[in-house]
Amino acid sequence: MSSAFSWYIIIGTVGSMLACFWLVVWTNRQRASSEEIKESESHVWDEDVRELNNPLPMWWLWLFILTLIWGGGYFLYYPGLGSFGGLGSWSQEEQYLKEVAAAESRYGPMFAQYGSMDAEQLVNDPTALNIGKSLYSNYCAQCHGSSALGGRGFPNLTDDAWLYGGEPAQIEHSIVSGRNGIMPPLAAVFADEAEIDAMVTYVQNMPEGMDATSPAHSKYMMLCIACHGPDGKGNQALGAPSLVDNDWLYGSSAAEIRKSIVEGRNGVMPAHGNLIGADRARILTAYVYKLSR
Amino acid sequence: MDLQSTYNDKVVRQFAIMTVVWGVVGMLVGVIIAAQLIWPGLSLDLPWLSYGRLRPLHTNAVIFAFGGSALFATAYYVVQRTCHVRLAFDKLAAFTFWGWQAVIVLAAITLPLGITQSKEYAELEWPIDLLIAVVWVSYAVVFLTTIGRRRVKHIYVANWFYAAFIITVAVLHIFNNLSIPVSMWKSYPVYSGVVDAMMQWWYGHNAVGFFLTAGFLGMMYYFVPKQAQRPVYSYRLSVVHFWALIAIYMWAGPHHLHYTSLPNWAQSIGMVFSIILLAPSWGGMINGIMTLSGAWHKLRTDPILKFMIVSLSFYGMSTFEGPMMSIKTVNALSHYTDWTIGHVHSGALGWVAMMTIGALYCLIPRLFNKESMHSTKLIDVHFWTSTIGVVLYAVSMWISGITQGLMWRALNDDGTLTYSFIETVKFNYPYYGLRLLGGVIFLSGMLIMVYNVWMTIRQVKPQAVAVIQPA
Repeated sequence: MSSAFSWYIIIGTVGSMLACFWLVVWTNRQRASSEEIKESESHVWDEDVRELNNPLPMWWLWLFILTLIWGGGYFLYYPGLGSFGGLGSWSQEEQYLKEVAAAESRYGPMFAQYGSMDAEQLVNDPTALNIGKSLYSNYCAQCHGSSALGGRGFPNLTDDAWLYGGEPAQIEHSIVSGRNGIMPPLAAVFADEAEIDAMVTYVQNMPEGMDATSPAHSKYMMLCIACHGPDGKGNQALGAPSLVDNDWLYGSSAAEIRKSIVEGRNGVMPAHGNLIGADRARILTAYVYKLSR
Repeated sequence: MDLQSTYNDKVVRQFAIMTVVWGVVGMLVGVIIAAQLIWPGLSLDLPWLSYGRLRPLHTNAVIFAFGGSALFATAYYVVQRTCHVRLAFDKLAAFTFWGWQAVIVLAAITLPLGITQSKEYAELEWPIDLLIAVVWVSYAVVFLTTIGRRRVKHIYVANWFYAAFIITVAVLHIFNNLSIPVSMWKSYPVYSGVVDAMMQWWYGHNAVGFFLTAGFLGMMYYFVPKQAQRPVYSYRLSVVHFWALIAIYMWAGPHHLHYTSLPNWAQSIGMVFSIILLAPSWGGMINGIMTLSGAWHKLRTDPILKFMIVSLSFYGMSTFEGPMMSIKTVNALSHYTDWTIGHVHSGALGWVAMMTIGALYCLIPRLFNKESMHSTKLIDVHFWTSTIGVVLYAVSMWISGITQGLMWRALNDDGTLTYSFIETVKFNYPYYGLRLLGGVIFLSGMLIMVYNVWMTIRQVKPQAVAVIQPA
């Protein structure tokens, strides 16, 4: 802040407060005599609207003066008067850092202890699982649901269908670093609508077995196989879902499957490592791991 | 009788009637969105009925259509009566009426369509903002010229408040809405980042301070002594609290941005001046309530005075609550919760609407050459529906807001949050129901008013009223 701007703020604030102080003192100095108060002023508006001139109520006057004095004290202690930071050198940034440090010193050791344990051990620790539940409902429930059953586009965490794998290390990676699942849009590879229709029917029926007689079969074996595999079971290294397990992230209707093929999909699991730290991520991993068993 | 020797009450009648109409419309939209918070399906999946678009329609309709029309009507009435002169410029006054109604209709069309600047209470896009600016400057010209032509030496206190409200709102509106249009219905503010936020709440808080406080204090200063048939309690108190109020209010805006990227010094100034604002705000309440001293017995028989005294009580309550909520430690709990909504409605329903309703019941018979309203009994019924409605509203939002704030910050022994967000929403459901009930009751009172007004004014051909000679 430039010193000119700083003085501008100081003069504006202090000036306003002094002006108010002067206003009450000046108005109160000339106290009217009781006769004057009782007698209405001679001004009359609209036939019968008049004004008395009663003195300012003392309790009100003191309320006003005390708030002004308190305000002056506040500006001495806290930042307010331009670049003068106040005698207490308080700031909201400092307050935040102090509160975080206090919480860290209080809860940090406990979390560090859990952080040093394996997820397999933590699933048998009811206290850790309770913490995991609180963390889950505040960080995960918005997308995966409060019962972890997921929703359209958001995986169910209670079943055994895992896009990126359900082992603790894989779950922890999903939580800490996030995931980006991309199904590319494939409209360009089909010659006409009939070809797309055939592919949609083929994919929709894959859980009942891959129909080698379908005209779409050869296209699958040429294109989709790269990620979803020759047996349609997907590839957890890529996050490519199994197409044969009757578990449909975006719905099993022909329209939704068609949309996935033609327009593609972008699934994002945001990275939480920086948000919750490694120790809490470990506890959360154990909680999610436990959900699916 | 030549034209100059009568009052221009036509424009007052027009604004007064539209105040009632927009009151019903604005509060109906409020009831609808309150119901949507309980039953989200009520939007019928139609974008223009969605909560995000109807909510600004509600706030704009009640503040600027209902409150604005009330301020136009009473300012035009009061300035003529207390200056003992006809309102200046008949045609310009008529333009302010039709211009203001056009603004309201444009708001009612564009907001549901999703056309918005995304600035709270300043959602309307630039073409409408330009129209508002022209109408508002015309309002100032009509009002201030009338004061200039007054036939009494002293400017009555109500007119100071109206003048301060009109001039300040012009400044607030123009500077907050400075923006660069990119198309007919889209613009971007010239301010960016935290400066934009600060401008927005400098505007937003002073919209409360000058539109909803100073303007309605002007209304109070004429209609309370008029209805009570008692002189204003203290001239010098009105001088002190007027100047202190307009000097201090200007600084209070940053309390809307506590614990944000707004610099510490600006937050402190917002908080300190909000606390100092308590006494100047209460000056108006004291002057209003003490004006009734010596006339307390009239409260038994005059429901219009009951509206006014309860309105002043809510004014005192919410101008205490406001400074308290601006204290950083309190704000850390109350900010972003329903408590804020409750606070706003204590002011908007309790103070603004009840003072307006009282003033209209006083004003409408006079505008239509009647001794009184069609039914005093129905005014009393309206009084009780309004009072019960606003109390239910405020109490339900206090409970849900404070609990919400406490639930958000509740920690387990392990330092994790005790409640997920959805659990706090679930807790609020019954109180949302209570709030809806309060709103429905308040709205039903407005419908009683519509009937009463209609029965009063039907078949009346208003006569021009002669300008009264100054005493």
